[in-house]
Amino acid sequence: MTKNLRVKTGKAIDETYRISFKFNRSTYYGFKGDTLASALLANNIHLVGRSFKYHRPRGIMTAGSEEPNAIVQLHNDSSRTEPNVRATEIEIYEGLEASSQNCWPSVNFDIGGINNLLSPLLPAGFYYKTFMWPASFWEKYEYFIRRSAGLGKSPTKPDPDIYEHKYIHCDVLIIGAGISGIMAAKVAAKNGLRTILLEEKPNLGGSTIYQDSDHFKINNQNSGSWLEKEINEIKKLKNLEIKTRTSVAAYHGYNFLLARESLTDHLPINQRKDKTRHKLLKIRAKKVITATGSIERPMIFDNNDRPGILLSSAIKRYSDYFGVACGEKNILFTNNDSAYETAISLIQKGINIEAIIDNREEVNSKLIYEVEKNNIKIFKGYTVTDTSGYKRINKISIMPLSKDGQKVVGSKTVLSCDCLGVSGGWTPAVHLFTQSGGKLKFREDDQVFIPNIYPSDQLSIGACNGDFTLDEILINTPKSLIDYLNIENTEYDNLEISSSTNKSKRNIWLLPSDKILGKTKSFVDYQNDATAKDIKLALREGFRSIEHVKRYTTTGMGTDQGKLGNMHALGIISEIAGAKMGELGTTTFRPPYTPLTFGTIVGRNIGEYFDIFRKTPIHDWHAEHKAEFENVGQWKRAWYYPKENESMHEAVQRESKAARESAGILDASTLGKIDIQGTDASEFLNRVYTNAWSKLAVGKCRYGLMLNDDGMVYDDGVTTRLGENHYIMTTTTGGAANVMGKLEDYLQTEWPELDVYLTSVTDHFATVSVCGPNSKKIVSEVIPDLDFSDESFTHMSFKNAKIGKINCRVMRISFTGEHSYEINVQANYGKSVWEKCMEAGTDFNITPYGTETMHLLRAEKGFIIVGQDTDATMTPIDLQMDWIVSKKKYDFIGKRSLYRSDTIRKDRKQLVGLLTDNPNEVLEEGAQIVADINKSPIEMLGHVTSSYYSPNLKKSIALGVVRGGKNMMGQKLIIPMEKKNINVTVADPVFLDKENKRLNA
Amino acid sequence: MFIINCPYCGEREQSEFKAGGEAHIVRPKQPTELSDDEWAEYLFMRKNIKGIQFERWNHSHGCRKWFNMVRDTSNDEIKAVYKMGEKPPIE
Repeated sequence: MTKNLRVKTGKAIDETYRISFKFNRSTYYGFKGDTLASALLANNIHLVGRSFKYHRPRGIMTAGSEEPNAIVQLHNDSSRTEPNVRATEIEIYEGLEASSQNCWPSVNFDIGGINNLLSPLLPAGFYYKTFMWPASFWEKYEYFIRRSAGLGKSPTKPDPDIYEHKYIHCDVLIIGAGISGIMAAKVAAKNGLRTILLEEKPNLGGSTIYQDSDHFKINNQNSGSWLEKEINEIKKLKNLEIKTRTSVAAYHGYNFLLARESLTDHLPINQRKDKTRHKLLKIRAKKVITATGSIERPMIFDNNDRPGILLSSAIKRYSDYFGVACGEKNILFTNNDSAYETAISLIQKGINIEAIIDNREEVNSKLIYEVEKNNIKIFKGYTVTDTSGYKRINKISIMPLSKDGQKVVGSKTVLSCDCLGVSGGWTPAVHLFTQSGGKLKFREDDQVFIPNIYPSDQLSIGACNGDFTLDEILINTPKSLIDYLNIENTEYDNLEISSSTNKSKRNIWLLPSDKILGKTKSFVDYQNDATAKDIKLALREGFRSIEHVKRYTTTGMGTDQGKLGNMHALGIISEIAGAKMGELGTTTFRPPYTPLTFGTIVGRNIGEYFDIFRKTPIHDWHAEHKAEFENVGQWKRAWYYPKENESMHEAVQRESKAARESAGILDASTLGKIDIQGTDASEFLNRVYTNAWSKLAVGKCRYGLMLNDDGMVYDDGVTTRLGENHYIMTTTTGGAANVMGKLEDYLQTEWPELDVYLTSVTDHFATVSVCGPNSKKIVSEVIPDLDFSDESFTHMSFKNAKIGKINCRVMRISFTGEHSYEINVQANYGKSVWEKCMEAGTDFNITPYGTETMHLLRAEKGFIIVGQDTDATMTPIDLQMDWIVSKKKYDFIGKRSLYRSDTIRKDRKQLVGLLTDNPNEVLEEGAQIVADINKSPIEMLGHVTSSYYSPNLKKSIALGVVRGGKNMMGQKLIIPMEKKNINVTVADPVFLDKENKRLNA
Repeated sequence: MFIINCPYCGEREQSEFKAGGEAHIVRPKQPTELSDDEWAEYLFMRKNIKGIQFERWNHSHGCRKWFNMVRDTSNDEIKAVYKMGEKPPIE
């Protein structure tokens, strides 16, 4: 069954190093240097997978990253298995296990193959057309469609491998180490420029390195040998860093590029442990030279997708580079001279060629004469019209082309073969150039798009710039480099070159057949099974834009992004639509050039490193005392402190009662703190807060509400006047950075005349808040030297004090409605002050409480939380906080917006209290509020913003926003829930201690 | 990703900066004397030009300074950067 098709030592193969691997559970052997594809071909295996839609048998088609068909599933374990790996890129290693995708039960017998017979029923847009009716059935269809979609299988366990990101900078980045890239690297590095050369393959030299023919000579040496010497020289250059197995994924503006360096994928499994698998290089280059080469075009004819049909250049690479014959009865099919280069290589190695089919009628070329000398039959002016062989090509039909190339004429000849090499000319690999924003132009002569307008400091050279022959490359590259690098000359200016390629080409996008198009399967996109017929159908149905045709037919939408067939799709569209290729344009080339794994994209930013988090100086105490934490912005805040077996509800009820009945303690260090200084500090506060600040005495505190200029509440907090020209502002925990940014914005751009300086000091202070009827006794013990009498230390005032030698600022302010004090100390003393308060509070059952209890206590008092009870649509008037809006001040941020026609509407959503008829029923935050459930559709009046069971009031309380709520006091409303409707009454949002007696208790 | 030449710090990566919308919109000195329409013009109306656009940028992860930029939105070319209060160097 298996044959050995290894012909002669290939350039890249180490025949002393044999490697065993598994494909579809059978064991095979290859050599070090083989790719999975070359090793399979050496074992005479062409059939590797099934196509996406019709499940047609497919084989290896190329020898590079453009491969559409030979994509396999790698590894079998549930954490490392990887789908859609190109067999043409993966190097074999001891222990490699690969299997075919998209087939069941096996690649040889695939039940999905029935789709191939049903294909007349599966035209382009089949799913769009078929599953649209009735609309309500989509959910049922979707289940089955999704199951049959997708190519490989994803891993089900977390990726255990290590990935890294690295920033690198250079003067010149060169992408692609073919002959032109190597020349550029040498010239750049020798001119003192810090140069990096990237190559996606494991070895340097591109396709020239295995060119060993008298037809291609440089300075009287065969081009391959000449290049090898150049490579040995550049490896010694100090200014040059060379990275192989490194594929550029993206080329962004300003010469910012992303490249994936693959470090372990080629190693035996047992040598990979603890090594980085991929490195994502983030490259910023002053200059970029793109030398990405070109991709050979297939040809579009009936049944052009059978296993055994390869690009002619791939056959040459397999034979010269890997020493593998792709078949024993080879036929080549071409419209240009490239296939003859392949033929000469095969002849040199004694590999049999049955015939060559050439679209061209008369060609005067040295390469053809050489082939003819070897008695190989050349059918000139012929085309292939059909092929046969289900799992491997075995016959082709050929017919002469008419003069205009639009029809076939004369009689049909059938030839047998086991491998067909096709060469439709070359397409410059301009993907990265266009990703960077470059504009292409169309060259009519040989029907290619080449770079035209460069968007950044960059240059394209070699085949990706449309120079396909050796003499073009060697003549044009040094000239371009002299201009681009602004240098006098290069060592390549006077090379002696001999190159035998004739540049003539007979380009026919869709080859004619003796069958009507509707009866043919001429694949344009192999991976997505889009045929020429599908493209014609799309045009007939009215699609004109190339971007629409692409999406309708899915041409170019596979994992290979249509690297092979996109040009033919364009060509066919332009022929049918009668548009010029240049005017039609191309579809957008998007990153990544080849797929990246998620692991590469996220690098080390996983698990606890996924996002940064901030801890307060007292964090360790909370953790030691078994606090549960919640994320507030980037902060970890203590949420509640459950005692043994306590639920969250029980803990919060206990904490809330303790705070009101005796004493509670809260870590308030996360509140944003901005230090404000300058002679205009008071005026500045007047402008940014809604209330007046000029008359605030030194040593006093005031609550402020900050709006945006659209009148909506933005932030709130207490600001304290520390001195004549010195304030400290507190902000909400989550809003701190934004408030700082907003204040700086106004200060720098609108009011640069103000003498005000802002400093963020959030991290510099720890804040311990002690509240409750016994709070005064506790803080008096912690700070015995300070006069805490109510006459001396009134509510909303501040004093400097010392705890031992520690300076502290004590504010008597309250967010709970209780008598309370906030002690601010330098951050590193925070934990010790906290512990001192705990000790002093032992006799008073001082109870640490978290954010949940804080929220409950403030809700009892009807205090808002910006961002919970407000969104960006609430004015202070909507919040029933008219009292804080100064009528006297001429202006403040947001003032003018408070009487726009929209903000004075009476039916705006307004903040109200809500009491449930059943005092034990606690509402869900976010629940909708309605008045009439019988109306259809039900009119939504608002929603619940805060809701708790209050242990102090022994009933459920809630805050909500209700349309026109201000005038609905006492009115009954309904909260419709999934299983029942809950009746509520609109109430005053202040539920507890309306007279503020507790503040001085 | 742009490289932005902060007028205070020099060339830095775009990730250090925050865009702040259209430049040269001055907050009215006497908002209370404006009609609803005039105030709305200041508050909400912004241009979205394909081509040369004047923008505010903030070096938020650097010197924290606001400055102005002239950028061609069709190709992201930065034509000029200049300090707040300065006249645009390009018409």
